Amino acid sequence: MMTTRILEWLGRIYVWLLLAFLYLPIIIMALMSFNASPFYQLPFEWTTDWYASLWQNDQLISATWNSLKIAVITTIICVVLGTTASLALFRYEFRGKKLLQALLFPPIAIPWLITGTAMLIFFFGVGIGRGLFAILLGHVALALPYVIVVVSARLQTFAPELEEAARSLGANQWQVTNRVTLPWIMPGVIAGGLFAFAVSFDQFVVSYFLSTPGQTTLPVEIYAAIRKGFTPEINAVSTIIIVVSMALMLLTARFFKFGGEK
Amino acid sequence: MAGVTVSNVSRSFGAHKALDDVSIDFADGGFYALLGPSGSGKTTLLRQIAGFDFPDTGRISIGGESVERVPVEKRRIGMVFQNYALFPNMSVADNVAFGLSVRGEAKTVIATEVQRALDLVQLGKLGGRKPHQLSGGQRQRVALARAIVTKPRVLLLDEPLGALDKALRVDMQIELKRIQREIGITTIFVTHDQEEALTMSDRIGILRDGRLVQEGPPEEIYDRPKSEFAATFLGDANIFRGDATGNGIRLADGTAIAAGVGDRLAAGAKASCAVRPERIRIATDAGTTDSNINTLKGQVSKRIFAGNNSTYFVDRAGQTLKVIVQNTGADLLAEGQDVVLRWSPESTVLIAAG
Ligand SMILES: Nc1ncnc2c1ncn2[C@@H]1O[C@H](COP(=O)(O)OP(=O)(O)OP(=O)(O)O)[C@@H](O)[C@H]1O
Ligand SMILES: [Mg+2]
Repeated sequence: MMTTRILEWLGRIYVWLLLAFLYLPIIIMALMSFNASPFYQLPFEWTTDWYASLWQNDQLISATWNSLKIAVITTIICVVLGTTASLALFRYEFRGKKLLQALLFPPIAIPWLITGTAMLIFFFGVGIGRGLFAILLGHVALALPYVIVVVSARLQTFAPELEEAARSLGANQWQVTNRVTLPWIMPGVIAGGLFAFAVSFDQFVVSYFLSTPGQTTLPVEIYAAIRKGFTPEINAVSTIIIVVSMALMLLTARFFKFGGEK
Repeated sequence: MAGVTVSNVSRSFGAHKALDDVSIDFADGGFYALLGPSGSGKTTLLRQIAGFDFPDTGRISIGGESVERVPVEKRRIGMVFQNYALFPNMSVADNVAFGLSVRGEAKTVIATEVQRALDLVQLGKLGGRKPHQLSGGQRQRVALARAIVTKPRVLLLDEPLGALDKALRVDMQIELKRIQREIGITTIFVTHDQEEALTMSDRIGILRDGRLVQEGPPEEIYDRPKSEFAATFLGDANIFRGDATGNGIRLADGTAIAAGVGDRLAAGAKASCAVRPERIRIATDAGTTDSNINTLKGQVSKRIFAGNNSTYFVDRAGQTLKVIVQNTGADLLAEGQDVVLRWSPESTVLIAAG
């Protein structure tokens, strides 16, 4: 009795420590975005000035838009391409399939620094150069394997007889996919999409290599701003992003139980 | 509704011949059981008929129309899978509606047809449930309703009752048979279970290693097996092996066994005789010696009382014979007792050694 009690308490403390470790820096940053002092000085003095001045910072705002646009487009492209590729790998046997599947994993493990350098050289070689389009291409290439891996994992739990049953009932390939297969793998597709979004939105290294001064993304812009001199506007923009992405995650988790319903 | 003809169909996977020159006529409106041990090619044959897989050689026609180039979705077949294969994201009613809905039927038509199909399988009130909220037997019924609601030409069932327990299985056998009669659909039924095959079908085909070993009505296969395999696979049989004599066989110890059924074989050829355990009478005295009756002496080595009948294992010249006796109230024989076995040549099937 006693020991279970103690273990229970230890477990609770452990979880709280873990949460503190994850969230404390973020919470402090969020608080500081509302603090009047630009140098983290206490006592805390409430202000929304940093948000107001953020609104004036055209560079930061345009970088944020770039990041959002690129992340959304990357997500859409990767979800469509990744899901179709996973379905093809699941349904068809073809020469070189094993090799293709094996080659999908290494890009995930290759350091982004190296991928970024390779892309920079390649894009220059073929004449694409740097800029937002190059960044988009780079992000799609980075995120695609994640989507394929996540959707394929979900497909492993799909019973192929379901597709056969649907076909025996007269459904064509399109109806089978739309009505039977996609509903089942949807949690995987959503999770894959979130991964793709995160990979793109968080991406610093590859974006840094491929951006030009006018055409850049938020992480690169923040990095540049910090190097020039830190301003609490950074705290403000970070806080907004954190709130939005956490809301997005919670919503998704609410509507799609990961791991899947029966 | 339509019959199905399979002509000289072969299908190999690598070097393995899963189907080897199989030809069967499935009569219009008939109930046909495909029986065979695991790996004998039953599922493979069913998948050729369904169109999930295609023969290397041979032809398949449904309702007289050759279907080699017709994909599954155009063959108008109904299929019931061993693991039900219900769509997990849809309700029972939506599962049943699927076939009509992809065909673009009107909503009102779909609703009435779905209700009729659910009523037929006695699940009229469960349309709103999800598949995971149903019992095994209920899922099987939904799968059946879903397969027949589109009025297919042929109903294909791959061990549909395999996952059910014994009592439920028997219920579903009766139910399935009732529904099949009611709609009169050509039905091809794959099973492991010989009893199921015997009781449900009007024809049985026995497969072994991809070949059709024997085919015919249940009585015929049971009473006139053409191979030792057919004799022992469908029902129980005592097998005697020896040399053909013209009207039976002679065993190694010189005993003659007369056979009244089966092939006529040239004297001297290797042959076997098969006798069903329930055809043998067992007694303690010699009784009248009728030279027309096969008679063997032996000793009871084991007795199993099963209520309505008893099974005796009788040892004789190094062979153990099985005898089943109905419970008529007569005294049971003791283990160790010397007995005389008798059965008529009409109960003895002569089979060429193969
Ligand atoms: N897609 C396939 N690839 C390779 N071999 C296969 C394939 N399908 C079936 N086989 C082989 O063909 C043979 C027949 O298989 P099949 O599934 O038809 O047997 P079955 O009679 O249905 O057996 P069971 O009673 O176990 O279901 C088996 O040896 C099996 O391993
Ligand atoms: Mg099978």
